[in-house]
Amino acid sequence: LSPQTRGQNYLFSALAGDRSRRSPSMKRPHRAEEAPGRRRAQPGQKERAGGSPGSGSPRRKQAERRGRRELLGDRERGSAEKICRGRRKKDGRASLRKQRAPSKKEKEVRRKEEVWKQLKKHRCAWSLGSTSSGESLSEEELAHILEQVEDKKKLIASMRSKPWPMSRKLAELREAQEFLEKYEGALGKGKGKRLYAYRMLMAKKWVKFKRDFDNFKTQCIPWEMKIKDIESHFGSSVASYFIFLRWMYGVNLVLFGLIFGLVIIPEVLMGMPYGSIPRKTVPRAEEDKAMDFSVLWDFEGYMKYSALFYGYYNNQRTIGWLRYRLPMAYFMVGVSVFGYSLMIVIRSMASNNQGSTSEGDSDNFTFSFKMFTSWDYLIGNSETADNKYASITTSFKESIVDEQESSKEENVHLTRFLRVLANFLIICCLCGSGYLIYFVVKRSQEFSKMQNVSWYERNEVEIVMSLLGMFCPPLFETINYHPRIGLKWQLGRIFALFLGNLYTFLLALMDDVQLKLSNEETIKNITHWTLFHYYNSSGWNESVPRPPLHPTAVGIEFMRLTVSDMLVTYITILLGDFLRACFVRFMNYCWCWDLEAGFFDISGNVLGLIFNQGMIWMGSFYAPGLVGINVLRLLTSMYFQCWAVMSSNVPHERVFKASRSNNFYMGLLLLVLFLSLLPVAYTIMSLPPSFDCGPFSGKNRMYDVIQETVENDFPTFLGKIFAFLANPGLIIPAILLMFLAIYYLNSVSKSLSRANAQLRKKIQALREVEKSHKSVKSRATARDSEDTDKSNSKNDTQLTKEGTAHHSASQSQTLDQKAQGPGASSSAGKTVLPASQHLPVSRAPGVRPDSGQARPQAHPWRSTSGKQAWRPPH
Amino acid sequence: MGNKQTVFTHEQLEAYQVGMMDQAIGGLFYRYQDLAPQLVPLDYTSCPDVKVPYELIGSMPELKDNPFRQRIAQVFSEDGDGHMTLDNFLDMFSVMSEMAPRDLKAYYAFKIYDFNNDDYICAWDLEQTVTKLTRGELSTEEVSLICEKVLDEADGDHDGRLSLEDFRNMILRAPDFLR
Repeated sequence: LSPQTRGQNYLFSALAGDRSRRSPSMKRPHRAEEAPGRRRAQPGQKERAGGSPGSGSPRRKQAERRGRRELLGDRERGSAEKICRGRRKKDGRASLRKQRAPSKKEKEVRRKEEVWKQLKKHRCAWSLGSTSSGESLSEEELAHILEQVEDKKKLIASMRSKPWPMSRKLAELREAQEFLEKYEGALGKGKGKRLYAYRMLMAKKWVKFKRDFDNFKTQCIPWEMKIKDIESHFGSSVASYFIFLRWMYGVNLVLFGLIFGLVIIPEVLMGMPYGSIPRKTVPRAEEDKAMDFSVLWDFEGYMKYSALFYGYYNNQRTIGWLRYRLPMAYFMVGVSVFGYSLMIVIRSMASNNQGSTSEGDSDNFTFSFKMFTSWDYLIGNSETADNKYASITTSFKESIVDEQESSKEENVHLTRFLRVLANFLIICCLCGSGYLIYFVVKRSQEFSKMQNVSWYERNEVEIVMSLLGMFCPPLFETINYHPRIGLKWQLGRIFALFLGNLYTFLLALMDDVQLKLSNEETIKNITHWTLFHYYNSSGWNESVPRPPLHPTAVGIEFMRLTVSDMLVTYITILLGDFLRACFVRFMNYCWCWDLEAGFFDISGNVLGLIFNQGMIWMGSFYAPGLVGINVLRLLTSMYFQCWAVMSSNVPHERVFKASRSNNFYMGLLLLVLFLSLLPVAYTIMSLPPSFDCGPFSGKNRMYDVIQETVENDFPTFLGKIFAFLANPGLIIPAILLMFLAIYYLNSVSKSLSRANAQLRKKIQALREVEKSHKSVKSRATARDSEDTDKSNSKNDTQLTKEGTAHHSASQSQTLDQKAQGPGASSSAGKTVLPASQHLPVSRAPGVRPDSGQARPQAHPWRSTSGKQAWRPPH
Repeated sequence: MGNKQTVFTHEQLEAYQVGMMDQAIGGLFYRYQDLAPQLVPLDYTSCPDVKVPYELIGSMPELKDNPFRQRIAQVFSEDGDGHMTLDNFLDMFSVMSEMAPRDLKAYYAFKIYDFNNDDYICAWDLEQTVTKLTRGELSTEEVSLICEKVLDEADGDHDGRLSLEDFRNMILRAPDFLR
């Protein structure tokens, strides 16, 4: 400790004494008067307690230093006065801390200061407790101890987020626990004691249980190790795909649970058995082939007449001894599948969004972010690390080039022209593929009318769609943008392709359905007629045309599409990636150039997943078994792709982090969900259900199920209420109200964000001003005496304005405490301080720009510090 | 379970669990022990004073490809020489774990980038960082330009170096930091 610092410290403590002497005038006189009185009773003990820091317990360095400093300052004054002041100081600190409690979390730096205080206080309370443990504790002391106990508990709870070395943590913890053990019992003296002890015990147990449960939860996350492994090999962007896949698997499991638990299992257990009615029986003409694998593979035969498809379900209102209302359940599950998916997607989007508050900041800190956050600390593979080094180097070079010449005039037009051309070509490509699919679907309708068609002709649609999905995306990769923007463009294009294909497919399917619907009318009449005859003549007529089961047909299309998509994906991986990897592995020795090029295609895989999920959503209403198949598919693809990535892919050249794209994926997913909701909602709302199959047969519209349930199963007044609610006179105002609410919330959020931006700007400006001010000041401390005097007087008026003793005491404490900070930092300007955590601690208060409130306080503090630094010559 | 009990006493385990972010202390201990099986005893009930040298720490798969591995080891070791006791080792994993709060990470990141331990990131520290990140593939002019730019962007008080406060301000806004 240099003599200079010591002198300063003396002055600080003198100032603190000064202030605190002014303070105990109002507000809480009994505390200020009475406590020192009692204190004086045992001065020796007190002095020992206060004067020997770190006698018993293991102390850390700066605490010791600080304590010594205090001691040095203190020794120069009378010991009695010191005790008095110390007591007051402690009171002041206690109130200060109470006042500051809410902001405690935001400043970890402050915490250390507090811990020091706590320690000190705790020491004094220790002696206090030991002296008066025999007699009953006064109210005030009890409250005091209670507060300390709470503090200790908080300390223990926040222990793991403190930047201390483990040994210190352990020491602190031991101390805190000893303290707690000693005083927890003493607190609830008398009747409440046992209860209190019991409560403490339970709380302890509860905390332990929670911790164990958290451990358990983290262990239960599936595939965590696999994904970590991939992450360390390929960087976080590839791992993000697998995390997305895992999330998708979770969502699908929930959907699967809903559909299986509420629709399929009740139907299998309680519904009419197979073969009891025509819609549950394989027609006799198909029966001999119905078990063939090729037939089953196409989801015909026994597959078609099973609970996996819409057509199998009966329109009985209730089934089994439970009187389970299956059609109602079917409808509600169909709706809630969409409801749940929408909710979960939007929720995860929102939670992704919460973190990214300041997008605009990235412009201000391009180089800093590149320097300090570009390394991916999860990389544990040397090849990836090499790539990462290279990509960081290029990104630095890129930004240097950007910085040096922000606009390249000569090349702009050419690149622009090329991009426009490329995008035009891509649009043509998209349109062409759309038309191709339309054409193929039309053709397949013709094929379906013919009797014996070849394998190719039957599966033409699926093959063409898969091929398009395979060959079009690489075509788009011809033009490069910046990798991140490029990824988004790429995703967008492939997405458009998928979407176009899906919708063309759907439209063609719709045409088909319309055609069948018009046929249906005629068949319906025939069927009625034959049924009539059936009862009369007791013999099933072979020549009766079977109804076409159009929803089942749609479901089958989706099933086939899903399965073929899955197979194509796996085969591509196997052929494209694995075989190529093998080839490269063995041929690379005797080849002319470097063959290594098997990157994991993130965008394609993510989009494939999203697209597939869209099909599941769309098809799950017509084929409840589809979700089950999808769960299987996701499960297998998790293992298969993990294996494929690890065995046959090489890390990408441009390793970039995936953090930004996550919400983009989610956005696409939401869009797909919405788009797949449309056709389903259309069929539910405006198409009459097939008259001879499915749970809604015989009804005019599907949603009549609800009406029927309300009428038959609920009391009449509820039915009336429903009828009233369904009145358009009520619905239209409700919709209007919703629009108004959206508009209002939107405008509120806009204004808030504007205010936010303005505040940020203001803070920035203030910070600039203050920093320049400060730098000037540190350079010329001696010259600004008038200035400091002025601000000092301002400071005084402010202090008196603060009014109550409570406040001024706390203020003086702040000042005292803060005054030591600049002292340390200004001395650091001249003499280099040893590396310790001390310095950042004392600099903290008020400097942080994100607490706008702390700003006015910073001024008095700085000025007093200036004064302090200047005073000694006087 | 039985193994853990012999390595640590129950109280030790409790205490470690309170202080750590990552909870798998048993697993971490075996990782630590695996680094130097001949050095580290299997019984920690009496808190033996054992250090694993930096050469072994730096060759762990988590660190071996990290350009800052030496700094990391130095920051977390007691004497700043990279040799680690079990406590230091646990500290390191605790801070590096996913559950550690951003403030804590920012604090230690600052210490890692502060190569000369003077509590400021000065131009020299920045040069070191860039050199390590790019394996010295940039020319001196480029490096100095980058350092200049970084100081220009992040240095709030224009004293030519980054304090912890400046660093924290900057890093907590980074979209890639702990995301």
